[in-house]
Amino acid sequence: MASGEKTSYKPYLFLAPALLLFAVFGIVPFYLLLKTSLLNWDGISLHPQFIGLGNYWEVIAQDSGFWKSFVQAGYVTLLALTVQNALALLLAIAVNRELPGKMIYRTIFFLPPILSEIVVGLIWVWIYDGNFGILNAILSSIGLGDLARAWLADPRTALTAVSVVHMWKGFGWGFVIFLAGLQTIPEELYEAARVDGADAWFRFWHITLPLLAPVLILVSILTILGTMQIFAIIIVTTQGGPAGHTEVPVWQIFSSMLGSRRFGYACAQGIVFGMILLTVSLIQMRLQKKAA
Amino acid sequence: MRRILATSLFAVIAGVWVAGCGGAKTAQSNGPAPIRVWHWMTDREDAFNELAKRYKEETGQEVSFELYAPTDIYEQKVRAAAQTDGLPEIYGILGEMRGLASFIQAGHVRSLEDVMSADGDAWRNVFFPKALAVNAFQPNNTYGVEPGVYGVPIDVMSIQLYYNKKLLAKLGLDPNQPPQTWEDFMQVGKLAKEQGLIGFVSGWAELWLIDCYATTYAIHTMGMEKVQQTYEGQVAYTDPDWQRVFGLFSEMRDSGMLAEGIVTMVNKRAEQLFANEQAVFAFNGTWGINVYDTMNPNLDYGIMLPPRVGNNEVVTWGGAGSSFFVNAKSDRQDASIAFLKWLTDVPQQKYLLEQTKNIPANRVAAADLPEKLQAFAKVIDAAIHPRLFALQEDSKVIETFDKGVQSILIGESTADQVSQKVAQAKEREASRQAKLAEANGQR
Repeated sequence: MASGEKTSYKPYLFLAPALLLFAVFGIVPFYLLLKTSLLNWDGISLHPQFIGLGNYWEVIAQDSGFWKSFVQAGYVTLLALTVQNALALLLAIAVNRELPGKMIYRTIFFLPPILSEIVVGLIWVWIYDGNFGILNAILSSIGLGDLARAWLADPRTALTAVSVVHMWKGFGWGFVIFLAGLQTIPEELYEAARVDGADAWFRFWHITLPLLAPVLILVSILTILGTMQIFAIIIVTTQGGPAGHTEVPVWQIFSSMLGSRRFGYACAQGIVFGMILLTVSLIQMRLQKKAA
Repeated sequence: MRRILATSLFAVIAGVWVAGCGGAKTAQSNGPAPIRVWHWMTDREDAFNELAKRYKEETGQEVSFELYAPTDIYEQKVRAAAQTDGLPEIYGILGEMRGLASFIQAGHVRSLEDVMSADGDAWRNVFFPKALAVNAFQPNNTYGVEPGVYGVPIDVMSIQLYYNKKLLAKLGLDPNQPPQTWEDFMQVGKLAKEQGLIGFVSGWAELWLIDCYATTYAIHTMGMEKVQQTYEGQVAYTDPDWQRVFGLFSEMRDSGMLAEGIVTMVNKRAEQLFANEQAVFAFNGTWGINVYDTMNPNLDYGIMLPPRVGNNEVVTWGGAGSSFFVNAKSDRQDASIAFLKWLTDVPQQKYLLEQTKNIPANRVAAADLPEKLQAFAKVIDAAIHPRLFALQEDSKVIETFDKGVQSILIGESTADQVSQKVAQAKEREASRQAKLAEANGQR
């Protein structure tokens, strides 16, 4: 055997630990998930019943609650994509200038993402409380007492109220990535534009935004994936209520697994959900390539 | 070099493998291996640890209580452990009878019928019968489980109405005469609203508490037999009696007595509102006494059954509060049973009562209870619990039911609409179950 052939397995040896970990924690669980999704199983019984694609049929064709939860998560995602990311971008542009104490602002803006979702959720529950909440107290003190309500329990406001918590918690991530993106734009471009008489608005539209396009797409992908999987904040603030108005796909999966004890069905819901997110990500990655 | 790399890789993999296979039994001490007990009861952690210490002193047997909370996390832990045969010697199983049946049929729970029956039912006679009944399967049960007792109750509970005496007096009512009828209850609720007080509070974001309230009134208005017939599919949820039950929630909403945001309120928050003297009534369980007394030692409250709608007696939800099961796959079953016998003996039960203000499952230990606990204890023998039904309702139907009640409470649906929605959910589930049974039969 030639010496070149002898050493050819060396790279694989180095890769082996990573491959092993990936197989154990990635491929095997996915295989088990796929297998379980074909069963009618409560997670304990020794005799799970094979039902083929029955769970998938039920998820896709009969489970209106699951699709409603998609629409609701989509609403939160839409708000996050627009309001949250616009706020993140504005703040990133603001602190990208030579401001006194800009490091303090940067730290403050990045604080919410590092806080526990549970803690954030609990704080907002107090703020939104319909009986003795701070928000209602403020509204009453400025003469808007008529607007006071149980924000998380009113079907007209519950989902938006939860979205606000999610956006408050999440805008810091977008802020940091936008800030990093802004710092890669050469200052000379702005200087040249200023010399040519371009105003701030023109510079934003014709320099900042185009050069930030790949970052915008990246932030959008992360926002969509992160927001569609919103869960902990829902558990703490509304538990999916009132009457299912804040249920999201992950809540539905959780509820199928631990509420209805239908492990197979929950796995099928998980796979359908994963496939949809994968499709969205692929479309966005294609857009990102185009933008690049 | 290659050999070194290959050997290192092998060593790492082998190390991980060996560590993974080791499990909890690798920890050996000089005495017998410890009995591990998994539980979710944060309020009883210190008391359990103290009892474990006493047991070690008395017998030399080490017992380690391992707390996993909240209950959702605990349930996940137990289910995951069951799938890998990693359950401890003693553990609790939460949820429905159907779930307990699966654990038993998968060989994870030891039947205690033999030890309960030994010496002329000596151990069995220690407990409140209702507390044992929620952990027992009757002959010819629908789950196909061998009849007998499977769990050991540690305490018993029931769920009733707490009322604040000071606030009743503030409303101009006799603080020792809380409303006994539904009409009077609604009147007090309206009065509370007019005075700027919260009339009624409960953690109705937690669907089981809504279910508990609704089931109490369903059994009260139509009787246990008819409720059971509904679960069996012989009576529809569109039946006038069920519509009446849904209608009660509409009346509560219309009276204005409900706390703002009750449908997304967890019970901890509801308990705070009652303890802080902001609500006149609270629907809560026996554990509330400990919670309220800790939060506000000056709170002056009484306990009453939910008010009557008709002439029937109100039977409240109750039974075993928490129970332990013995792992049938453990090689320490006898030691585990010996510990549970000790734990349910009078001195230990009295100690738990003292420390946690829960009603002991041991009748002798519960003979001399403080006044407030007596209000709960006296209804235990007549209490109902979903686990006592020959067949429990399907969880998907329960979910639709409870969410339906929430939608009534927020004014989104009428009682009639909800009863139809639940009836449809029931039909869908029945059809799904029939298809599954058919597929099983063909196999």
